[in-house]
Amino acid sequence: MDGFLLLAFIFLVAGVAAVPIASRLGLGSVLGYLIAGIAISPLLAALHVDVISLQHFAEFGVVMMLFLVGLELEPRMLWAMKAKLLGLGGLQVGLTALAVMGVALMLGQPWTIALAIGLIFALSSTAIVLQTLGEKGLLKSDGGQSSFQVLLFQDIAVIPMLALIPLLAIPELMDAAGHAADAAHGAGEDAHGPAAPGFVDALEGWQRALVTVAAIAAVIVGGSYLTRPVFRFIAMAKLRELFTATALLIVIAIALLMTFVGLSPALGTFLAGVVLANSEYRHELESDIDPFKGLLLGLFFMTVGAGIDFGLLFGNILGILALTLGLIALKTAILLGLAYLFRIEGADRWLFALGLAQAGEFGFVLLSFSVANEVLPPALADQLLLVVALSMLLTPVLFIAYERLAVPRYTGEAEREADEIDEEGEVIIAGHGRWGGIVNRMLRSAGYKTVVVDYNSAHLEMIRAFGFKAFYGDASRPDLLHAAGIEKAKMLVVAIDEKDQITEIVRYVVQHYPHVHVIARAKDRNHVYELYAAGCRDIIRELFDSGVRAGRSAFEALGLHPFEADRMARGFVRQDQHAIAELARLYDPETPIHRNSAYVERAKELMEEQEAAMRGSAGAFGGRVERGWVPPVGREGEAEEERARSGS
Amino acid sequence: MARLLLYYAHPGHRFSHVNAEMLAAARRVEGITVVDLYAEYPRHDIDIDREQKRLLDHDIVVFQFPLFWYSTPSLIKEWQDLVLEHGFAYGKDGTALEGKKMQLVVTAAGPAEAYAPDGYQNHHLRTFLRPLEQTAALCKMEFLVPYVLYASLRAPREDRVAPHVAGYRRLLEGLRDDRFRGLLAAADDVMTLDTLPALVEH
Repeated sequence: MDGFLLLAFIFLVAGVAAVPIASRLGLGSVLGYLIAGIAISPLLAALHVDVISLQHFAEFGVVMMLFLVGLELEPRMLWAMKAKLLGLGGLQVGLTALAVMGVALMLGQPWTIALAIGLIFALSSTAIVLQTLGEKGLLKSDGGQSSFQVLLFQDIAVIPMLALIPLLAIPELMDAAGHAADAAHGAGEDAHGPAAPGFVDALEGWQRALVTVAAIAAVIVGGSYLTRPVFRFIAMAKLRELFTATALLIVIAIALLMTFVGLSPALGTFLAGVVLANSEYRHELESDIDPFKGLLLGLFFMTVGAGIDFGLLFGNILGILALTLGLIALKTAILLGLAYLFRIEGADRWLFALGLAQAGEFGFVLLSFSVANEVLPPALADQLLLVVALSMLLTPVLFIAYERLAVPRYTGEAEREADEIDEEGEVIIAGHGRWGGIVNRMLRSAGYKTVVVDYNSAHLEMIRAFGFKAFYGDASRPDLLHAAGIEKAKMLVVAIDEKDQITEIVRYVVQHYPHVHVIARAKDRNHVYELYAAGCRDIIRELFDSGVRAGRSAFEALGLHPFEADRMARGFVRQDQHAIAELARLYDPETPIHRNSAYVERAKELMEEQEAAMRGSAGAFGGRVERGWVPPVGREGEAEEERARSGS
Repeated sequence: MARLLLYYAHPGHRFSHVNAEMLAAARRVEGITVVDLYAEYPRHDIDIDREQKRLLDHDIVVFQFPLFWYSTPSLIKEWQDLVLEHGFAYGKDGTALEGKKMQLVVTAAGPAEAYAPDGYQNHHLRTFLRPLEQTAALCKMEFLVPYVLYASLRAPREDRVAPHVAGYRRLLEGLRDDRFRGLLAAADDVMTLDTLPALVEH
């Protein structure tokens, strides 16, 4: 227990101290963790800590990360990217493996070893790349999406590689069986890559296939049909931590199941994430798993740093450094070629090429697996391990190179990651996509001064092409808002895509700058409530107006007089806004809606009101529409009727 | 043949007893332009250039509407405010409408006898149409005798709709073919189905 606490203490201190400093210096959290790992490595060595097995434990963070990535990805989107996934990913792995193999052959390695090295180095680091892209808000960019597709393909490609590598075994190495057994534990216990399957080994080929398909089906069916009742059951206990426990249980159960049938746990949880992407518990799962993912990945990065064998490194520093840089250059060149082929353009091309240029954590797995299967001699594997680690260590530097060198080149100005904002406008527009772009165009055309902040370099290029002032940066960062002149601004229009970030910005600005009028883009009804709770009183649903216009067109096409269709549409808007404003006041961000009885009651009443209106009873928008123009009915006599309104 | 432009304005088209049928009949008259103002501008955003072009392209402008609170439905007022610009319809060089004719076609819920100094509306119907009459005057247009249906809400029950619509059709065709004489309005004249002049042969 004491040993465990001490270890936790060491890692936490290192992380807590190093990461903020690294972030402050603009190096990103990954480099911070890696440096922290290097810093504590002598301490760990003195305490005889088994860094490698700790690393295998921490690799579970990657499994969680892919689960979270899956949650963000609806099945439809995954299907839509299949061509790129296979084409781009397949070519990257294939070409890189061949090129590395060629170099290894030239360096005098036998072909079996050369091929193994090629396969190992073809892979990139899912952990570092996705973490960094997410941190910088680049996941949704073209380069980020392409990177993700390649990483996903690599995750899948590990499975056949694990089948292939044992076939490359070299007889001479068999003697070193003792040593190999030693190294084998890494592959066996590893949680990230597919482990050598136990039970399924005993089965026939077709049985294995059947079990595998059954396992995947179990994940899909369970994810689709079981989670809802399970979560409802858990909700009855009204304990927050039970949700967390359940979320963890789901991820671990899937990982176990996948390991059991010999599939990659990362892939399995990714699949489960995709299945759950449409679930109403998606955000619950996300927020529950996210801290674990963060901590485990941090630990993982630290173990990578700590695992660098500096004795070995300094013994052959020039050789290993040359190999590492050579590998990065080779991978970058191939990625650049592919980016050209697949029309990834501008700064995104460099993001894609530089981001994926390292070898990855799969490399560690495959290296120990190869040694265990007598494919690689241990001495060579140790050197290669250093190359993998070093290339991962250099990745954050490559990202910095992307930001400092590639981005300014394509946004046309040689400035830093977040531009110095030299113009202060009355109105700050955060996000210049389709939505914010319209707002900006309207304000600009009316002569108002706006400052646009956006992190999508393609958007920025477009805006600048039209001669607008725009700045690169993550609008959710307080310092950037400060730089954009939030103190002096009259208004902030939050037009970015990401729901939680919108809420975040709104909350921050409403609290710290009450004089600023905040107009916020709401993704859906629930988001309206969240924004209302965050203090925003000017909330615009992003799709509401176009939906209403479509409804009005439908009315007209169904034969309603255009003026009546317009009045009906306006009546609907009034009714809906009234309802949403009322429900927003009843909404409590701390209580899930189904447990908020006041909300549910009122929502039901409002729904009935609206239905009654649709059926023509008075009270709601239908009634209000008609009221104006119905001729008076002569109940009280003709004179009354004639005086009330004098037409027909 | 005169080029006829008919502006129809009724915000409650669906609830209309008489005007809707009159409009349907007017649409069947060949060679005239019919504009449903509330259908064309449901959001009141009148296209000034298009409307001025329309006026230039026609000789007679007909406004068909129910009398609401002794005036036109609001969209006709909006139309006047925007389309009849200074320098176009009136004022220096504002001669675009000179010599054109304005014909009002009105339905009123009150009976004929109510629209008199001793009736409960206290005035002749023409008194309430004076703003339009003066609009025509300022635009140097000729103001024709308005065609009126009184007690319009009772008209369906009393089987007065079909004859009134037929009369309307005759009026429009007569205007189109220039077969009326002496439709120029004087004093408090209005014409109803009964007083609609006979068409003259050419």
